[in-house]
Amino acid sequence: MRIGVVTFPGSLDDGDAARAVRIAGGEAVRLWHGDADLHGVDAVVLPGGFSYGDALRCGAIARFAPVMETIADAARGGLPVLGICNGFQILCEAHLLPGALTRNQHLHFRNRDQYLRLESTSTAWTTSFTDGQEILIPVKNGEGCYVADQRTLDELEGEGRVVARYVRGNPNGSQRDIAAITNAAGNVVGIMPHPEHAVEALTGPSLDGLGFFTSALRHLAGTAAGGQLTGGAQR
Amino acid sequence: MARVVVDVMLKPEILDPQGQAVANALPRLGVSDVSSVRIGRRIEIEFAGEPDLDTAREIADKLLANPVIEDFSIRVDEPAGDAARMSA
Repeated sequence: MRIGVVTFPGSLDDGDAARAVRIAGGEAVRLWHGDADLHGVDAVVLPGGFSYGDALRCGAIARFAPVMETIADAARGGLPVLGICNGFQILCEAHLLPGALTRNQHLHFRNRDQYLRLESTSTAWTTSFTDGQEILIPVKNGEGCYVADQRTLDELEGEGRVVARYVRGNPNGSQRDIAAITNAAGNVVGIMPHPEHAVEALTGPSLDGLGFFTSALRHLAGTAAGGQLTGGAQR
Repeated sequence: MARVVVDVMLKPEILDPQGQAVANALPRLGVSDVSSVRIGRRIEIEFAGEPDLDTAREIADKLLANPVIEDFSIRVDEPAGDAARMSA
């Protein structure tokens, strides 16, 4: 299975994301922001970093990159897309996910290992986990405070689209402790902490991040065999 | 000069931690009668020809502001300073 990892000017975690794909058993394909061609990948990871120097707002410029126009269309057609940190911000700016990520409430950049609780394990990126499972992966952001209007938040909760919540402390003030969400179809997931930094014992606080990438490979193997994505709405 | 000014502000219900940090610093300047500070962004767009408010509004709506968290207003910046205000 071929999983594309996009590099924007200012991406930082594209190398680690590609490495995580390989460790999970997939083939990592590097995609370039200026190239609209997805080179036949089966899924896409938008990595963390500071695309276009965070000019204007995080993710605001990246949304209009040629590769993003193609990814947005493909995502609406069911392509699995995982946005990590800056990738999550880009997905919100592109309106592929609701809400927005704003300045951390305490104004400090937060960099630490963070516990999350998985709450939706039927998305394309989370089937390797069990409902309620707690995982430990790094968080590192300055603009990670998830906000949306109350109606949207209620909708996300009601449809089982909150994928993960911060537990044992909220690092950035995100509403309702939201760390990750998915779209209605369950193929697009945005997560603020970094699963790609928790895939090897030497450098990560755990191997918990690997589950996101093995989930995608499992999902792709399932759809290749004629299976259907169950979506975030079904419990 | 064909200049259009776009003001972008966080919506009232969105917390502005930067503005709060500024407000909290004001007592150090000896200012004690400010109840709130909110920080926005002013963008000046210069057109080669006549100022085009429709295009400016499109730029503001698609890129300069994020409608999920921000409001914007647009006006032509008159050299005399007598600006024709237009609300978005």
